[in-house]
Amino acid sequence: MADQGKVDPMHQFEVQKMFDMFHVGNHEVAFTTSAMWMVIAGLLLWVFMIGGMKRQLVPGRWQVAVEGFTGFISSMMNANIGPEGRKYTPYVFSLFMFILMLNVIGLMPFGLFGLHPFTVTSHFAITGFLAILSFSIVLIVGFWRHGLHFFSLFVPHGTPWWLLWLIPAIELVSFLVRPFSLALRLFVAMTAGHVLMKVFASFIIDGIAAGPAVGLGVGIPSMALMVGISGLELLVAGIQAYVFALLTSLYLNDAINLH
Amino acid sequence: MPQISQFAESWYAASQIFWVLLTFGFVFFVIGRGMLPKIEATVDARDRKVADDLAAAKAAHAAADGLEESYRQQSDASRAAAQKAVTDAKDKAAKDAEKRLAKVDAELAGKLAAAESEIGAARTSAMAEIEAVAAEAAGDLVAKLSGVKIATADAKAAVKAVLHG
Repeated sequence: MADQGKVDPMHQFEVQKMFDMFHVGNHEVAFTTSAMWMVIAGLLLWVFMIGGMKRQLVPGRWQVAVEGFTGFISSMMNANIGPEGRKYTPYVFSLFMFILMLNVIGLMPFGLFGLHPFTVTSHFAITGFLAILSFSIVLIVGFWRHGLHFFSLFVPHGTPWWLLWLIPAIELVSFLVRPFSLALRLFVAMTAGHVLMKVFASFIIDGIAAGPAVGLGVGIPSMALMVGISGLELLVAGIQAYVFALLTSLYLNDAINLH
Repeated sequence: MPQISQFAESWYAASQIFWVLLTFGFVFFVIGRGMLPKIEATVDARDRKVADDLAAAKAAHAAADGLEESYRQQSDASRAAAQKAVTDAKDKAAKDAEKRLAKVDAELAGKLAAAESEIGAARTSAMAEIEAVAAEAAGDLVAKLSGVKIATADAKAAVKAVLHG
């Protein structure tokens, strides 16, 4: 984990190659720790969803849990987009569950069992891919449904005529920033939380190394803070997944209903 | 920051994109497109069933209310009919009793009149006998007192005059 007994809070984000697979051009595609956790997340999600496939009229606990998640996203799509939003529920639901699962798996104390925990969503490559995917879908849906009329998105209702030279430019910039803000928000929130926890953990290790008095004085408050921050990070894991899904649904609403 | 510095490694971006495409593709097609609609259909079916059951319960409730209302009306009607029958019977009985009473009254009045006329007849005959006896007694008394024999007819006339004033 560390060179010369130092804790490097960034080391946890390193993706390690597990084995090579094949080449695409001069790029090598390998099975990595990141890939492993994504596969695990996908499989866990699949197992979780199978529990909701009993399709009983009176659901059991597991089915209620699964239906709770699906109902949460369905009602969000319905509230933000309307009845036409149902078509896009599978995409937003997949996005939400995948991000949520990756966020939560990254917080699990797998280190206790000698595994190397890793938060896939703390990588800009992953969040950027998902953000560009969402943004592309918004663009495709927008131009598909409205054609060039989609550009009226940049002229909100009630824009005074003498501001027509400025407002569309501002709207265009805010529109183009969307994929970056979408990707950065998740990546930064996950990275910051994990760095914070690593820093507090290093306080405890360094404190103990400095002697029992410092160790207790620094270690106990740091430990208490870490317990609190861990809870907060679980909240952030849920909120960031929700925000990603919510913003995707709002952007889709722009594309479907314009303003 | 490995998230940025690792982009320099030739395998990093390709592996990340490949695997997120693969796993998210699995999640989208198998879970999002495959399983989610079935779960949503289950929820919709349940919601519809609950709504239908509620509507049926409401209809049954309304029917029960109607039934109760008609039962109440029926019982009201039959109570009124029973009351009417009782009143009629009472009236009829009262009328019968009156009729019988009148008949008995008439009979009694007839009997009374007959008895009165009998009494009247008896009294007249008794009166007549008393006159005869009184005339005889008066004749005897006169004969004993004065030794004069008076005619029965005279005695009778005298007695009649005394008796009838």
